[in-house]
Amino acid sequence: MTTNAYALGAGAGFNGGDILFQLAMFIILLALLKKFAWAPLMGIMTQREEHIASEIEAAEKSRVEANQLLEQTRAEVKSARLEAQNTIENAKKLGEEQKSEILAAARAESERLKEAAKLEIAQERDQAMNLLREQVASLSVMIASKVIEKDLSAADQEKLINQYIQEAGEEQ
Amino acid sequence: MDHKSPLIHPEIFGVTLTFNLANMLMITIASVIVFLIALLATRQLAMKPTGMQNFFEWIMDFVKGIVKSNMDWKTGGRFHILGITLIMYIFVSNMLGLPFAIVYNDYLWWKSPTADPAVTLALAVMVVGLSHYYAIRMKGFSEYGKDFFRPMWFMFPLKIIEEFANTLTLGLRLYGNIFAGEILLTLLAGSLATGVGGHLAAIIPTIAWMGFSVFVGAIQAFIFVMLTMVYISHKVSHDH
Repeated sequence: MTTNAYALGAGAGFNGGDILFQLAMFIILLALLKKFAWAPLMGIMTQREEHIASEIEAAEKSRVEANQLLEQTRAEVKSARLEAQNTIENAKKLGEEQKSEILAAARAESERLKEAAKLEIAQERDQAMNLLREQVASLSVMIASKVIEKDLSAADQEKLINQYIQEAGEEQ
Repeated sequence: MDHKSPLIHPEIFGVTLTFNLANMLMITIASVIVFLIALLATRQLAMKPTGMQNFFEWIMDFVKGIVKSNMDWKTGGRFHILGITLIMYIFVSNMLGLPFAIVYNDYLWWKSPTADPAVTLALAVMVVGLSHYYAIRMKGFSEYGKDFFRPMWFMFPLKIIEEFANTLTLGLRLYGNIFAGEILLTLLAGSLATGVGGHLAAIIPTIAWMGFSVFVGAIQAFIFVMLTMVYISHKVSHDH
């Protein structure tokens, strides 16, 4: 057997047998390819197409779901923030109220204390006044007795008594 | 320089048929190679394709593109496997004659099967025959017959000539390209490569021409399938 690069030699004449053989072989090859390669491959390609389609659908669905969840979460955060703000405001208001209440109570208490002190002072003063007046009376009796001892005219006595009384009144 | 073909002339059913044994051998080898490629590519099918499966799916998508560029997929889907088989078989056949030729006892045994006009014309006749068959099957015989008188009745002779011209050009284009490629390789290897200087001088043009022949072989396989789909879609479509 010799191998070289001679490639001439398409035979002259009509090769009817070759034509028939080529046709037969081609049809056999076509049938074999269809059975062993094309059909299974087409099957898997369709399967893949369906798989991809379903995956896309699932992805779309989950995207929508995620969006919904996001919206929900956003709304929840918003309401929570609103609630927190409300709580703080309420607390502030409550504190303010308590403050003013306490202040008012303290003011009322101090007023009351002041009134009580004033009342007491006035009572004390009246008491002192009465005491004084009694003492003045006894004193004037004493003075009168002393003056009488010193020989005092009635006019002078009167004058003295009045004077003392006046003085005692001015001292108030 | 010319080599003989290993012809036999058996008589079958009273008809003497001429068989070229070299053609039969090469047709068988090309078919077996195509089948093995397809078989190996589809042994381990997976949703996530790898390696050979990718390659075969690429072929399928490529042929699908050819079909879709000529007719809608609903009509053309049935020609998908035809296109795949044609493109793989023709490409493998074109490549077979490139690396070497085998001559035994002055008979040429190893060559491209597509370097024989009988083989290419057989394929072309089959394609055109299929186009007529599907035209009748899908449109009905009367529609099919009327198409020969459209758009004008006097186009009829041209339409008849067109059918034969289509067949001839489809087959002979492939044959001519591959045969010419092998002729040039033969000339480069056989005539230029004589003596040491001749061998050295022949290396570069031979490599260049082989590279070009690979390109031509691929292009011719593509053109054959493309024209197949053009002819079929021309026949089966309703709107022309």
